[in-house]
Amino acid sequence: MALSTLSSAGKAGNSVDSQTLSGTMDWRGMLFRVLLLSSLVLTLLIIVVLLVDVVSDGSGVLTGRLSDFLHGTLRSRSSDEKLGLFQGLRGSVWIAIFVIGLAFPIGIGAAIYLEEYASANRLTHFIELNIRNLAGVPSVVYGLLGLTLFLNLFKRFTQGDTLVSAGITLAILVLPVVIITSSEAIRAVPNALREGGYGVGATQWEVIRFHVLPYAAPGILTGTLLSLSRAIGEAAPLILIGAITGRLGSSPGLADVGALREKFTALPIVITSWVQKSNGAQDDGVEGMGFAAHAAAAIVVLLVFVLLLNSVAIYLRNRFEKQRG
Amino acid sequence: MTMINTLIDVRDGEALVAAPQPIVLEASELDIHYGEHWAVRDVDIAVEQNRITAMIGPSGCGKSTVLRCFNRMNDLIESARVSGSVAYHGVDLYDKAVDPVEVRRRIGMVFQKPNPFPKSIWENIAFGPRVAGIARSKADLDEIVERSLRKAALWDEVKDRLGKSAMGLSGGQQQRLCIARAIAVDPDVLLMDEPCSALDPIATARIEDLMREIKEDFTIVIVTHNMQQAARVSDRTAFFSAAVDEAAGVRYGHLVEFAETEKIFSNPEDERTENYITGRFG
Repeated sequence: MALSTLSSAGKAGNSVDSQTLSGTMDWRGMLFRVLLLSSLVLTLLIIVVLLVDVVSDGSGVLTGRLSDFLHGTLRSRSSDEKLGLFQGLRGSVWIAIFVIGLAFPIGIGAAIYLEEYASANRLTHFIELNIRNLAGVPSVVYGLLGLTLFLNLFKRFTQGDTLVSAGITLAILVLPVVIITSSEAIRAVPNALREGGYGVGATQWEVIRFHVLPYAAPGILTGTLLSLSRAIGEAAPLILIGAITGRLGSSPGLADVGALREKFTALPIVITSWVQKSNGAQDDGVEGMGFAAHAAAAIVVLLVFVLLLNSVAIYLRNRFEKQRG
Repeated sequence: MTMINTLIDVRDGEALVAAPQPIVLEASELDIHYGEHWAVRDVDIAVEQNRITAMIGPSGCGKSTVLRCFNRMNDLIESARVSGSVAYHGVDLYDKAVDPVEVRRRIGMVFQKPNPFPKSIWENIAFGPRVAGIARSKADLDEIVERSLRKAALWDEVKDRLGKSAMGLSGGQQQRLCIARAIAVDPDVLLMDEPCSALDPIATARIEDLMREIKEDFTIVIVTHNMQQAARVSDRTAFFSAAVDEAAGVRYGHLVEFAETEKIFSNPEDERTENYITGRFG
C-alpha cells in the first residue's frame, strides 16, 4: 500500500520498487545491540539467581517460624527455638534513623552551601574534590575513624561500642555521597528558574527555599535514600566498632532510646556471623533448619528492608516530580 | 508614579506622549567587565518615564548586558563588575546602601526564554507579592492574580485553570504569564530581554500589543534582535554595536546612537546605524 503510493508519486521513468528502498544490513549496529542486550540480561540473570537461591534457602524459616524468627535473639552456639534476628533488626533500624537524622540534614545543608553560596574559587574546588575522594574511601577506614573517635576520644558520650557510635560512624560514612548527589541535583536546576525568582524581587534564601529546593527535591531524595541503603548494608565498619557476633545479653525494645548506649548488633553482622557458624558446624537446628537457612532468611529480611526504603524513595520522587509539572 | 500618571494622562493623545518625560533610569560612563574582559565601554543612556526604550544591535554588542545592569541582575554573575553609574530616579543603583532585592522589585524583568516557575499559574503570580509582603491573605492575592493576568491579557485564557501547572501553557501564554508575574509586584520599570525571540509571529504580535497597552503604567526597556519590532513598539531606540579593541585584540560593545525611534530609522546620524538598519551589516 505504502509502496504503491510511493511509486505512483515518483516521476515517470523513475520507477521505485522494493529493491530501490531496501538498504544493506547494518551488521555493526546489530552486533552492538546484541552486546548491550546481553550485558543487561547477564545482570538480571545474576540478580535472579541470587534471589532464587536466597529465598529457597530461607523459605523454610520464613514460612515455618517467621514470627519467632523476627522476635528471637542471637544464640551463642546451637540454633535453638529462641534463635532470631530481632536485635539485628533493631540495630539496623536505629542506624537508619541516625543516618536520616544526621547525614541527611548536614549533607544536604553542605550541598546547598557549596552550590548556592560558596564562590567558585580554588578553595571551593579543592573542597569539592576532597568530598569526592571521601566518597571513594573504603568503608573499613570509616570504621577505623569511628573506633578512634567514638570508642576512645568521645567515649564518655557514646559509652564505647554502642549503637550511638555505630549510627554516627555510618552517618559519617554516607555523608560524602549525600553531599555529592545533592550537589548534582541542585546543579541541575535551570538558572532561568533562579533568575525568574530574583527577577520578581525574591531574596537568595527565598529563591532557594521556594524554587531551587523543590525543583531539586526528587534528585536529592533519590540520591540520599540510595546512600541510606548503602549504610544499612555495611558490615565492615560495624565489626571495627565492636558489633556483637555471638550472644547479646539484653534485647531491648525497638523504641528503647536508653538502650542506644548498650552493646549492639545489626543485620549484616547477624548474617555474617550465622554464615560463619554454619560452616562445618554440626548443627541440627530448630525444626531441622540450621544457621545456614537462618542466614538466608536474614538476607531476605535485609533485602525487604532496603526495598521498602527504596520504594519510599520512588514514591516521594514521583510525588515531587508531579508537583514540578 | 501614580502621581505622575494623574498629571499626564497618556490616553488623552499622542501629543502628550511625545512631550519630554521625567528620566527614570540613567546610565553614565557605564563600563562592564567580565573578569579580565572589558565587555561594555562607556555607555550613556537615559530611559524616560512611560515610554518604551528599545536597545538594538548585532549579537555580542552588550545590549543584554547593559539591560541586566538596570536591575542588578549582573550581580548573579560572579565575575561581572560594573563601574560608572546607573541612576534610578537620581539614586545610584550601585551604591553600597542599595539592596539589590528591593531594586529588582521596583525594576522587574522578563527574560528571553519564557521561564515560568514549575508551579501552578496562581502560584506563579502570587510568589512575588507574597515575598515582597504586598499581600498575605488568599483573598488579596486572588485579587492581585486576577488584576495582573487581566493586565497581561491572559485572564480569559487561564481563569478556569489557575490551579494547573504553568508548564502546560503554550510558549506565548507562558511569556505573557511571565509579564503578569513581573507586573504583579507593581514595579516601576519593566526590563524585557528579547521577550519574543522564542515565540511565533502571532504570539509576538500579542506581546507587542500588550507592551503598548501597559506602557501607561510602566516604563519599558526592551532588548531586541528584531529591528522591525523596535520600530513598531518603541518610542526611543538605542543602537549598540561591537567594536574591536586593537590593543587587546578583544571585542567589546558600545553605544553608537540613541534617539527617537523615528529618527533612528529614518534619518540616523551615524553611518554605522544606517548600515545596520538598512541591513548592510550585522
